[in-house]
Amino acid sequence: MKILVGYKRVVDYNVRIQVKPDGSGVVSDGVKLSANPFDDIALEEALRLREKGIATEVIVATIGPADCQAHLRNGLAMGANRAIHVVTSDAIQPLTAARTLLKLIEKEQPQIVILGKQAIDDDCNQTGQMLAALWNRPQATFASKVDVTGNAVRVTREVDAGLETIEVDLPAVITTDLRLNEPRFIKLPDIMKAKSKPLETIEFAALAVESGDHLKTTNYAPPAKRSRGVMVKDAAELVAALKTKGLL
Amino acid sequence: MSEREAMEYDVVVVGAGPAGLAFAIRAKQIKPDLRVCVIEKASTVGAQILSGAVIEPEPLNELLPEWGKNPPPICVPAAHDEFWWLRDATRATRLPTPPQMHNRGNFIVSLGALCAWLAPQAEALGVEIYPGFAAAEPFFNADGSVGGVRIGDMGVAKDGSHKSGYTQGIDIKAPVTVLAEGCRGSLTKQLIAKFRLDANSDPQTFGIGIKELWQLPAGRAEPGKIVHSVGWPLDDCTYGGSFLYHLDKDRVAIGFVAGLDYDDPNFKPWEAFQQLKNHARIKPLLEGGTILSAGARAIVEGGYQSLPKCEMPGAILIGDCAGLVNVPKIKGTHQAMRSGMLAAEHIVATNKPEGWDAKLRASVVMKELRRVRNIRPGFRKGFVVGMLNAGWETVTAGFSPWTLRNHADYSSLLKLGTFEEPDRHWIERTLPPRDRLAGVYFASTQHDEDQPIHLKVPDTDICVGRCVTEYGNPCTRFCPAGVYEMVKDENGLRLQINAANCVHCKTCDIKDPYENINWTTPEGGSGPNYQNL
Repeated sequence: MKILVGYKRVVDYNVRIQVKPDGSGVVSDGVKLSANPFDDIALEEALRLREKGIATEVIVATIGPADCQAHLRNGLAMGANRAIHVVTSDAIQPLTAARTLLKLIEKEQPQIVILGKQAIDDDCNQTGQMLAALWNRPQATFASKVDVTGNAVRVTREVDAGLETIEVDLPAVITTDLRLNEPRFIKLPDIMKAKSKPLETIEFAALAVESGDHLKTTNYAPPAKRSRGVMVKDAAELVAALKTKGLL
Repeated sequence: MSEREAMEYDVVVVGAGPAGLAFAIRAKQIKPDLRVCVIEKASTVGAQILSGAVIEPEPLNELLPEWGKNPPPICVPAAHDEFWWLRDATRATRLPTPPQMHNRGNFIVSLGALCAWLAPQAEALGVEIYPGFAAAEPFFNADGSVGGVRIGDMGVAKDGSHKSGYTQGIDIKAPVTVLAEGCRGSLTKQLIAKFRLDANSDPQTFGIGIKELWQLPAGRAEPGKIVHSVGWPLDDCTYGGSFLYHLDKDRVAIGFVAGLDYDDPNFKPWEAFQQLKNHARIKPLLEGGTILSAGARAIVEGGYQSLPKCEMPGAILIGDCAGLVNVPKIKGTHQAMRSGMLAAEHIVATNKPEGWDAKLRASVVMKELRRVRNIRPGFRKGFVVGMLNAGWETVTAGFSPWTLRNHADYSSLLKLGTFEEPDRHWIERTLPPRDRLAGVYFASTQHDEDQPIHLKVPDTDICVGRCVTEYGNPCTRFCPAGVYEMVKDENGLRLQINAANCVHCKTCDIKDPYENINWTTPEGGSGPNYQNL
């Protein structure tokens, strides 16, 4: 069984995001980029399925600029068998990403596609759902537990009401939630080995994907700053202050 | 227990800073088939580099003659220099710029960004760079010589037990280990002690540098302008000063350095920096701007007379872990790079550490340090004597027949009650950050809380006993990140170490008056994530 894992590169979660002074985007030069944490969880789950003997091959795929190669090498160092890099310097919106991934599915015929439930840059939480619909296959989103049995997968989902367990037929799309697993540390010798693993590059244009980028960003702005607080001496002063504000 | 995994190289370099990267690039330029590996504890190259920085470009010109065609992302030609004496929180007098501090032909850079820019150029030559892996300890051969480094384990819980993702660190073995850890490297410290490398030199001395990068309202910054100051907020007996470098894109880098030989146990270096920003001449520049990034790092200041022996069986020291900063120039990057390049030439030619110390001492690097050797120690006698002495040493180009001695920084604190604390005329301040915790936020420092505390305090009885009465727990004040706290609870007084806030500046390891704090490497990839510092 083949597993395809979506592996997006984003601004690292430790970076304090700063909006460019002209509001045209967020500062990305000199900023650390790394794998979307949910995608690391997706890759970890795929690797565990392979280690259990359920899967035979794990493919990591990303859509991004030419320098994403180093990012894919990290996925290979974590343990993926091979990587596919769809090269484009444009930022891609979820529908376009889903259509692109569908092209890779047609090419690779995986039984399971595991994606992060969302990427921490745009927080869209759409690509997995869109991909399942386009592929016309079942989806199991927000997974916190994955059990593959024969030709089906039993997935525990984190939903607002608690946990929900569903069973879907394969092939299917799974998106990962935070508690599914804890990704492994990359070992130094594996970084060496990853250098010789296959990494296929495909020009985005060569896939002839119909663009689904219908959203236009007009402006970026940081959240409004909280104004300074006022210290009050005692309860009476607090009550008086609240009254003058018309809150009491 | 299974055998520890190992990888072998011809040379392993500890630290992807300017010295280590210059070494690696030079080595591969001369001998392309040399197998060179660089280990870096930061999660990405440059994320734990902090410097002013105005650099002299000569070593870079020599290393990468074409560098100007593809310059580092922040690289502003120096335009003009100013030197100010701040008399108090409002008054300032412009002084003639000392000759060492003229910067024509130099560049204002972010040293972090410069290293991040050097790394791929090294990789293109075949250097293997591994950020996110901390060299936790030296690896010794059976004959006692250094045989490489041992990478720290990942996935160890706070109590020392192994978490589910536990991954044992590997050994990286090489006939030559190049220590390029920067100021007060933790492996360097161990090896200097083991091989008694400082037996014939003065103790090393240090300063603490604290820096912020600001985004200003449009039009306020004057790209290329370089301003240094001395005086307030320090008293006459404390060595230090500030820098203010105007970058492009309405950004300025502002920072403050205080010599760690200060004697007042109540002195707060971080607060002094915040005071400086609120000086009447500086505050209007910053007001209305925002902080992009901030951090702190110790600086090596001992120079010529404190330079330890830079070779030992199996390993050499280069850059700031040797201690090559030219203090009057306020520059060390060119010295670090130059030492890295010279060391590469030596190692490629001989394939052994022996002879490196002599080569370094005969080089221009050492010549430069010798010339200025008496300037920094002169300030031990106060600001006025220090300035007069600096003038003399500059005019005579270091030809004085004497060499002033250096003394270890940990020994310089005076005990509480034995002296009168100077009034530094500090003011109420309004610019952010409010306190050290608010400041740490801008360092984006990150440590998994469930890992062993990497700041080792072997004897906490001192903290709750002698230190309280003798020095009043100065660790709670000299740490720029608020890592150390004395907490009173039902069991009495205890030391609390907020290790997750640590910005890896190493000040505690240097300044603790009982030498009771040992900085060790946390899990690889932990620590600050500086942006363009």
